[in-house]
Amino acid sequence: MAPLDAPKVLPAAFATWFDGRGWAPHAHQLGMLAAARAGSHALLIAPTGGGKTLAGFLPTLIDLAETPRRGLHTLYVSPLKALAVDIARNLEAPISEMALDISCETRTGDTPNHKRQRQRQKPPNILMTTPESLSLLLSFADAPRLFRNLKCVVIDELHSFAPTKRGDLLALALGRLQTLAPGCRRVGLSATIHDEPGFTRWLAPADDPVTLVHGAPAPDPVIQVRAPNARIPWSGHMALHNLPEVYRAITEHETTIVFVNTRAQAELVFRGLWRLNETAIPIGVHHGSLVKEQRRKVEAAMSRGELRAVVATSSLDLGIDWGNVDLVIQMGAPKGASRLLQRIGRANHRYDEPSKAMLFPGNRFEFLESWAAKDAVEAVDLDGEPLQLGALDVLAQHLLGTCCSDGFLADELFAQVTTAGPYRDLDRKVFNNVLDFVATGGYALGSYERYKRLAEDPDGRYRVANGRVARQYRMNSGVIVDAEQLAVRLGRGRKLGHVEEYFAMGLEPGDTFIFAGQLLEFQHIHEMSIITRRAKGGGDPKVPAYGGARMPLTTRLSDRVRAALAAERDWKKYPTEVREWLEKQKEVSELPGPDGLLVESFPQGSGTGVRHFTVAYSFEGRNAHQTLGMLLTRRMLRAGLHPLGFVATDYVIAVWSLNPVTDVDSLFDQDMLGDDLESWMAESSMLRRHFRNVAIITGIIERRYPGVEKTGRQITFNSDLIYDVLRKHEPGHILLQATRADAATGLTDIRRLGEMLTRVQGKIRHRVLDRISPLAVPVLLEIGRESVMNASVDELLAREEELVAEAGFGPREPADA
Amino acid sequence: MPEQAIPVRLGDAELMADISGALWWPGEKTLVFADLHFEKGSSFAVRGKLVPPYDTRATLSRMLGVIMRYRPARVICLGDSFHDLEAAERMGAADTRQLKAAIRTVQWIWVAGNHDPEPPEELGGEVVQKVQAGDVVFRHEAIVAEPAAQGDLLHNDPARLDRANGKSEISGHFHPKATVRAQGRRVTRPCFVTDGTRLILPAFGAFTGGLRVTDPAIRGLFPAGFTVHMLGRAGVFSFPSDSPAFGG
Repeated sequence: MAPLDAPKVLPAAFATWFDGRGWAPHAHQLGMLAAARAGSHALLIAPTGGGKTLAGFLPTLIDLAETPRRGLHTLYVSPLKALAVDIARNLEAPISEMALDISCETRTGDTPNHKRQRQRQKPPNILMTTPESLSLLLSFADAPRLFRNLKCVVIDELHSFAPTKRGDLLALALGRLQTLAPGCRRVGLSATIHDEPGFTRWLAPADDPVTLVHGAPAPDPVIQVRAPNARIPWSGHMALHNLPEVYRAITEHETTIVFVNTRAQAELVFRGLWRLNETAIPIGVHHGSLVKEQRRKVEAAMSRGELRAVVATSSLDLGIDWGNVDLVIQMGAPKGASRLLQRIGRANHRYDEPSKAMLFPGNRFEFLESWAAKDAVEAVDLDGEPLQLGALDVLAQHLLGTCCSDGFLADELFAQVTTAGPYRDLDRKVFNNVLDFVATGGYALGSYERYKRLAEDPDGRYRVANGRVARQYRMNSGVIVDAEQLAVRLGRGRKLGHVEEYFAMGLEPGDTFIFAGQLLEFQHIHEMSIITRRAKGGGDPKVPAYGGARMPLTTRLSDRVRAALAAERDWKKYPTEVREWLEKQKEVSELPGPDGLLVESFPQGSGTGVRHFTVAYSFEGRNAHQTLGMLLTRRMLRAGLHPLGFVATDYVIAVWSLNPVTDVDSLFDQDMLGDDLESWMAESSMLRRHFRNVAIITGIIERRYPGVEKTGRQITFNSDLIYDVLRKHEPGHILLQATRADAATGLTDIRRLGEMLTRVQGKIRHRVLDRISPLAVPVLLEIGRESVMNASVDELLAREEELVAEAGFGPREPADA
Repeated sequence: MPEQAIPVRLGDAELMADISGALWWPGEKTLVFADLHFEKGSSFAVRGKLVPPYDTRATLSRMLGVIMRYRPARVICLGDSFHDLEAAERMGAADTRQLKAAIRTVQWIWVAGNHDPEPPEELGGEVVQKVQAGDVVFRHEAIVAEPAAQGDLLHNDPARLDRANGKSEISGHFHPKATVRAQGRRVTRPCFVTDGTRLILPAFGAFTGGLRVTDPAIRGLFPAGFTVHMLGRAGVFSFPSDSPAFGG
């Protein structure tokens, strides 16, 4: 593209406005304008701080300035409510400074009812919203009138949507919008896109062309992997030994974000930093389980530049730009290159200055991972989940919402749905099953005809059967499902946040735990709250853990870790402890190479206490490894090897048994993904968790409604019972299909496991050792901390019954009369 | 091997707590079920929640299996057998046929519950508020015996009246479940709860959730403590309420 001459492209008022601020429009801003004038969809990939948002809105502002009008012109969709509000505020500047007659409002779950009503009657020119609010808007009968003149949809942080269920929801909503406003242009904005063709396809309706616009790259970030005093522990993920160094870095910078991987780690790091904080510099904490008010307070303090540091989880991965952040710290493993880049991008939103980051790994493998991630970011080798077929539960919810708005023929709906990127390859038969499910439940028994949610007109149009169905849809819509949680309260009063029920049920009165940066003493559970009081130091406080909190190492990064292990010429750059560890491994065994699979076997203990360990260096992430552990132990049980347990990390799976493993090839045969997988899945609590989400998203069971507080426990129990009965009586039902699809990439990560097993067939190197190898030490240290017992419910109960009886607790006999 | 059914003594009665959640009384050739909640699934469908309609079928086929196993002379259903008053009308024709056939073969007793104060008569069987066999009273919900006030008259309080006559009580209603800590994990399963004079059965229905036995509603019925008999996958496991395995 020939360089555009800004003054000729920009209308005079805009050119003057840019001049007045001492700015020249960026090439990518003009590129986006050109795409708009050509009527083309556009995807802008530009680093944070590069005027990306203005680039997205410039065509809209110019169009509305040239031809002022009433009605909705541009829709902006953000993954975060707070971001929508912030962007609306930022747009106020050019609008008021150029005295443009353009109205701009937000609409989110927080928007008051009367304002929402008014927005549907008299919409603003520009509406800032979220995928959930957009879907709700589309479910009203007046949606066609509201969106008929829509010219443009801007989707911010595009990478955060695909391939998630929220992304599926948004893609379906966009498909519907396109039929209401066929000329509407789509604009995607992102700083980190790992798969340009994939996201282009995601963004475009049907196979429309999309203009790709690239911003000038930001200066390369300055990334350091730190190992204070050359010390790197063997195991552990919290990286707390780095805190003195972290604290010093904070004091040497203006504002620091300290990113951690879990909420538990956030609490520990925050507490640890305050212990070192003798000068009491302001340090805050931010994670998803703290009450909203608390999070808003921290965000506001950051905006005002009042905090020197904030310890944060992924709750701050996205969000409002804070120009004053000059250092980003990552504690523990980065887990993925794109994620690291996104986090680093939170530092220094000034376009022309490099972002600065420090990585503090928690253990030796994490050091290698950090090193690999630094390389990946420097090489701009981004990773991310592969794009995939959209979720069927989200489709079901969307179809119900659409039929709340108007009547539709099945053919029309199918045509509309398959313009959406994630659903382009949707099979018509599967679609029919989903529609059938939405209408009548789609059960083979066919007994719900009279309770159907969708009624068919004589001409075959589906619409909601009655107003109650529409109300239920609106109460239940959205695809974010929270775990069963209990509120944490100080006394009967202030709510501090939430913990998962699982953690709460393990507390005894008097136990102490760390939450919201405070040491709390558990008193009792009252309704759906755990009542606490402030504890006086001492003791051994617990830290709430949250299920599924840890994301697994990405495939791309795991390749790089394997390469880093094998690249001997780089070892000299590693801290001595790491280098010696790898050299020793090479001496007594070998290193896992970029290809194949290294499996080591060695005994531990002596005499009758000897245990045979089998360790596989597969680097496929915790979720896939947990599934692998379940499947390996089942197979070993059948082979008479007496497996006793296993432990999975992101890098390694270790299984131990009474008898040694000899035939590794057949142990890792890919046929384990057949019957073994099926029978394990039947019992698996992970499948049940996925099913619960599917049941809530499809409206089979209710979310918690305000005022009708049903306990999370009841919901779980019900969804488990439904799962068992449905699995037995109609295993092919669409709800179970959706559940299995979720599991394939979710908590069980079967797809990744299957790919690995295929890849390593015939390339497994089995090393039989007489003792533990250096590389196996970290995973063995995780035993106890991470161990998953391979016992069935009955075995657990039987052992416990025995112990209890041994301890002299007999059953209660009838009292003597 | 874990046992499929374990002996439970209630007063002088020798009972068997079956892994299915049913109670077998060999001496009386009586089989007892609690809280079947037939057509709970379709009760949600009526309100627009299209949960799978297979719960009646699942409950019924398990129930018939237990009946085949014990070949009782008498079956007592302890109330809440039907999820609501219209449940029998919604029941599928095949399920209704099977249930009627079973009812015809034995003495069948429906105890009324709060969900089904008037169990459907057209299916057959006898409808009662409570029923007695030997020294055991069967009712839907256990009755809390208030401590006697001075000069209180016995005849106002059915529980005390029963107890004064040396009777034990078998009931349902609460859907008890228990959690034990085992090997660092928590295992939660439906259970029988008893103190030797009072016995509460777990719910038998496929779509019935549970109430923890530590809930005051249940614990309050057993002031001197209790034993739970938990339903495992292949056996029944017993824990007294004061055992260290037993958590909230």
